[in-house]
Amino acid sequence: MQLTQTMPRPSLLKQLSPIDWLFSLALWTGAAYAFSLYGNNMDVYEKGFLFGAAAVFSVLGWLWKPIRTLLVIIAALSLFGIYDYHADLARANQAFFLKYILASQSAIMWMSVLFVLATLTYWISLASRSDFVAKVGTALTWSALTMGLVGLLVRWYESYLISPDVGHIPISNLYEVFILFSVITALLYLHYENRYQNRQMGAFVLPVISAAVGFLLWYTFDRQAQNIQPLVPALQSYWMKIHVPANFIGYGSFSLAAMIGVAYLLASKGILASRLPKLEILDDVMYKAIAVGFGFFTIATILGALWAAEAWGGYWSWDPKETWALIVWLNYAAWLHIRLVKGLRGPMLAWWAVIGLFVTVFAFLGVNMFLSGLHSYGTL
Amino acid sequence: MNKQSATFSRSVYELLSSMRFAISLLTILAIASIIGTVLKQNEPYANYIIEFGQYWFTAFQWLGLYDVYRTHWFVTILAVLVLSTSTCIYRNLPMMIREMRSYRENATEQSLRHFQHVAEFPVNNIAPEQLTTYLDNQGYHYKQKQDGDHLLIAAKRGSANRLGYIFTHSAIVLICIGGLIDSNIPLKIEQTFGWKKIETRDLAESQVPAISRLSANNLSFRGNVTIPEGSSADVVFLNIADGYMVQELPFKIGLNKFHIEHYTTGQPKMFASDITIIDKKTNRSILTHTVTVNHPLIYDGVAIFQASFGDGGTHLNLDGWNLFDHNGEPFPVTGSIHDNSKLATDDTQYTIEFSDFRPFNIENLGDSKKTMHDTRAVMGGNAVADKKDLHNVGPSFQYKLRSADGQAKEYSNYMLPMLLDKRWYLLSGMRDEPNQAFQYIRFPLDPERTLSGFMRLRGAMLDKTRHPEIAQRFVASAIPDAPADVKNKLTDSATKVLDIFAQGGYKSLSEFIEAKIPLADRDNAAQTYLKILELATYQAYVLTQAQAHQPAPKMDDETGWFIRDSLNSISDIFFYGAPVYLQLANYDEVQATGLQLTRSPGKNIVFGGSALLVLGVFSMFYIRERRLWLLIKQNSVLFAMSSNRKTLDFNNEFARHEQDIADIVKGK
Ligand code: HEM
Repeated sequence: MQLTQTMPRPSLLKQLSPIDWLFSLALWTGAAYAFSLYGNNMDVYEKGFLFGAAAVFSVLGWLWKPIRTLLVIIAALSLFGIYDYHADLARANQAFFLKYILASQSAIMWMSVLFVLATLTYWISLASRSDFVAKVGTALTWSALTMGLVGLLVRWYESYLISPDVGHIPISNLYEVFILFSVITALLYLHYENRYQNRQMGAFVLPVISAAVGFLLWYTFDRQAQNIQPLVPALQSYWMKIHVPANFIGYGSFSLAAMIGVAYLLASKGILASRLPKLEILDDVMYKAIAVGFGFFTIATILGALWAAEAWGGYWSWDPKETWALIVWLNYAAWLHIRLVKGLRGPMLAWWAVIGLFVTVFAFLGVNMFLSGLHSYGTL
Repeated sequence: MNKQSATFSRSVYELLSSMRFAISLLTILAIASIIGTVLKQNEPYANYIIEFGQYWFTAFQWLGLYDVYRTHWFVTILAVLVLSTSTCIYRNLPMMIREMRSYRENATEQSLRHFQHVAEFPVNNIAPEQLTTYLDNQGYHYKQKQDGDHLLIAAKRGSANRLGYIFTHSAIVLICIGGLIDSNIPLKIEQTFGWKKIETRDLAESQVPAISRLSANNLSFRGNVTIPEGSSADVVFLNIADGYMVQELPFKIGLNKFHIEHYTTGQPKMFASDITIIDKKTNRSILTHTVTVNHPLIYDGVAIFQASFGDGGTHLNLDGWNLFDHNGEPFPVTGSIHDNSKLATDDTQYTIEFSDFRPFNIENLGDSKKTMHDTRAVMGGNAVADKKDLHNVGPSFQYKLRSADGQAKEYSNYMLPMLLDKRWYLLSGMRDEPNQAFQYIRFPLDPERTLSGFMRLRGAMLDKTRHPEIAQRFVASAIPDAPADVKNKLTDSATKVLDIFAQGGYKSLSEFIEAKIPLADRDNAAQTYLKILELATYQAYVLTQAQAHQPAPKMDDETGWFIRDSLNSISDIFFYGAPVYLQLANYDEVQATGLQLTRSPGKNIVFGGSALLVLGVFSMFYIRERRLWLLIKQNSVLFAMSSNRKTLDFNNEFARHEQDIADIVKGK
C-alpha cells in the first residue's frame, strides 16, 4: 500500500483502463461516422468542432468516469429519438416515445420535474441526515441532467426538420440557454459533490437550478417561448457556438459559488452547522467555483469581443450587455483579490459571493429585460 | 522638505501597489460602468432635453453622462487602474523572479520550525537518497545544502504560478493600452486645443468645413455612411456628442445592389451589400465584394461592415385625386423618397415631402374586421406581434403634406386594395403627430376594382348644381305615380338633404337635424333622411356610371354596400386634412445600405493581451506553487512546507507527504 504511494504517480494515460480506451474509441468512431455522413456539408470550423468534441469528451471521461456513462446513455436516447422521428416533425406528438419522453419538449419537461424532485430530496436528506436519501438526490440530479441534454440534442435535430436553413445549435435564445444553464450548473455541482464526497451542498445548489426551471416553465406556458425560431443574421456565426457555452460555465459556477456562500453564512451563524460540511470546505468550494467561473467568463468575454469585432465593427462598444459582462468580471476580480488580503476572508467573502449572484443574474436576465431596448442586439 | 517629498512619493507608491487600493479601484470602475447602461448613450441631445428637462439636461451634460465612457473622469479611473497594476507588477516582479529561481536553501532551522505546516520524525542516520527519490517521484525539483552535520533538501513545484501573475497583470495593461490607441482620445485632445471642431449644422457633406474633416490617414476611427444603390461615398460620418465629423476615406465605395433574403418562415435570413472599392484618383474599380452581417470586408486596413439599410430614394409615379373637385379625374404626380414635390390646388400651394417607401408590409389582419368597421379606427403599424395569420399587404409609402403656412400632416398609403369585410378598399392613413398611430380612411372600389366609380359619384354628390336632377330621378323612381305636388315637395327636401350632406357629410346632416327638428321626432326624421340620402345617392351613381359609359349598377347588396361605403368615405373626406389623395400607380425601388467603417490598429494589441490574460489566469489558478524542506539531522528529520496560496488542497498534500515520509523514515 504505502509502496504504491512512494512509487512515481503514473501519468493519466498509464492509469487508463480498457473501458476508457473503448469509450474514446466509440467517441472517435462516432465522430468519424458523422463526418462520413455530413462532412461535405460542414465548413472547416464545424469539422474542428466535431473532432474537438471527440477529444474533449474523451479526456473529460478519463478524468471523471461518470461522464462516460452519461455520454453513452445520452447518445443512445437522443439517437433513438432522432431515429423515431423518421424525418417527420409531426411524429413529435404521435409516436409514443417521442410524445411522452424524447421529443425535446417532453425531455425538457422531464428535466424540469426531475430537478425539482432532486431539490426536495436533498432537503429531506439534510433534514433527516439520511445518506441514502442524499444518494437518491444525486441519482435524480444525474437523470435530470441526462434528460436536459437529450432534450437539447433532439431539439437540435428538430430545428433541421423545420427546414434545413432554419436548423441551428439550440443555444440561440433565452429559452435554450436556460436549459443550458440548468444542465451546466448541475454538472458542476455533481463534480464538486464527487470531489468532496459531500452531498449536503445539494440542498443549497439545486434550488438555484429549480429557480431556473421555474422561469423556464413560465417562459414556456405563458410566453410559448419553446417554439424554434430561425437565427437572425447577426447570430449566424461560429463564435456563438463557443461564446455562449463559455459564458454559461461562468454563470453556472458563479451561481453555485453564491449558493455555497449562503450555506457558509448560515453555518457560520451556527444554523445547520452540524449538518453542513466544515467552513474550510465550503470556503474551498466557493473559491474553486469562482476560479472556474472567472476563468471561463474571461474566455467568454474575449470571445464576445472577437465576435463583436466581426459582427458590429468593433471589439468593444460599451453596449449594455458587454458592459454588464465587464461589471460581473470586475466584481469577481475584486473577490479574488479580497481573498488574498489577510483578515478579509470569512463571512465578508461569502456575502460578496452572494451579492455577486445578483450582479450576475442582472447581467444575464436584467439587461435583456430592462436595458436591451437601448441597443437592439444584432443591429439589423 | 526633500525628505518629506520622498516620504510622500513613497506613500503614493505604497498606496498604488496596495491590494486594498486595487480592490477599491475594481469596485469603483464596476459601479461607474453601470451609469452608461441605464442611460442611453450618444442620443441626439434633443431627446435628453425632452426626457430630463433643461435643468437636469445641463447638469448631466456637465457630468458627461451622455457619453460616460469617454469622459475625462471615467478615462482617469481606467488610467489609475493601469497605473496601479503597473506599479503592482513593478513592485512584485523582482520578488517573484527571485521566488521562481531560488529554492530557499538558506532557510534556517529556526524559521522552518515556525512554519504552519511542519513535522519532525525521530530517526538515526537515514540515506538522503530515499527521500530525494521520493521527491523526484512526486515531481519536485530540489537542491541540497550541507551545513556541518545537517543536510537541508530544499524542494519546490509549480513556480510557473508566478508567471501567471506576471502574464495576467501585464495583460491588463496591454489591453488598456490597445483600447486607448483605438479610443477617440487623440481626437478629444485636438478638440480641446480647437484644432478640430464638431459640426452641428445639417449640411451637405461637401459643405462641411475643413475644421470638421479628418484626413484619410487618421490612425483610428469608427464611422457610418449610407449609400443608395448605384451611387458611391468616399467619407464616413462620426457622430460625436450633438454633432458629427466627416472622416475622409482612402478609397471610394460604390453600392451596386442591396438585398435581403428571407427564411421560408418569413423572418430575415441575410442582409447583403454588393459593393465596389473604387480608386479615388483614377476612379477605376479595384474589387467588388459582397458584405454581409458577420462577414465584413477588410481593405487597406479599413474594415467594412453591414450595419443597416433603408430606402435610397425610390421613384414614385402617383395618381392625384382632387377630393373636392366635381369631375373625378386623376392628375399625374411624380416624386422620390427623401425628396419634395410641389402640389398646386386652386386655393393653396402644398409641398409633398416623401419620407419612406416599403416594398411589402406584413400586417396582422387577424382581427382587422373588428378594428376596421369604423373608418376612423386605428390599424396599428406593422403588427408582427404574433406570428399567426400574418399576410403581406403589398407596398406602401409615407409622405408629409405641408401647406403654405408650414402646417403638415403625415400620410401612409397602401398601393394595393385590401379585402376587408369581403369588400375591396384602398387605404390611406393620416396623423397629425409622428408619435400618433395612423387613422385610416378607406375608399370603396367599383366592380372594376378601380377608384373611378367612387370618385365620379363623389364629384356628383359634392356638386350642388346637379342635386335637383338627382333628386328628381330619386323621386321618379321612389313614388312614380304620386300627385305632382307631393313629388315636388319630396324633390325639394331630397335636394336639401343632398345640399346639406355636400357641406360636411353626416356631421352637417346631424347638426341640421339637431338644430331644426324637435327632439321627439328626431329619430324618425334621421331615418327618413338617411333613406332619402341613400336612394338619391344610388340614383347619382346610376347617373355618373351612365355618363362615364359604364354598365348600369345592379340593384343588389354589393351596390347597396358600395353606396353606404361611398357615403362614409365622402363624410370622412372632410376630416382627411388634405385636398388630394395620392394613389401609387407604379414605382422604381432604390434601396440604400448603411455601412460601418472602422480602422483600429489597437485591435491586435488587445487580442494579444487577451491571450496573455487567459494564459495567466489559468496558470495562476491551476498551477499551485509549493515549497518543501527536509532538514536531515543525525537523529531526526524536520519536514516543512509552504505555499503562496493557503488552500485545502495544500493542507491535504502536506498530510499526504507527512504520512509517506513517516513511512520512508520508519523504513517501511
Ligand atoms: C482588472 C485588473 C486585475 C485583474 C483581472 C487581476 C486578476 C488577478 C487574478 C485572477 C489573480 C489570482 C487570484 C488567485 O489566484 O486567487 C490575481 C492575483 C493578484 N493580483 Fe491581481 N488583478 C487585477 C489587478 C490587480 C492590481 C491593480 C493589483 C495591484 C495591487 C493586483 C495585485 C495582485 C496580487 C498581489 C495578486 C496575488 C499574486 C500572488 O500572490 O501570486 N491585481 N490578480
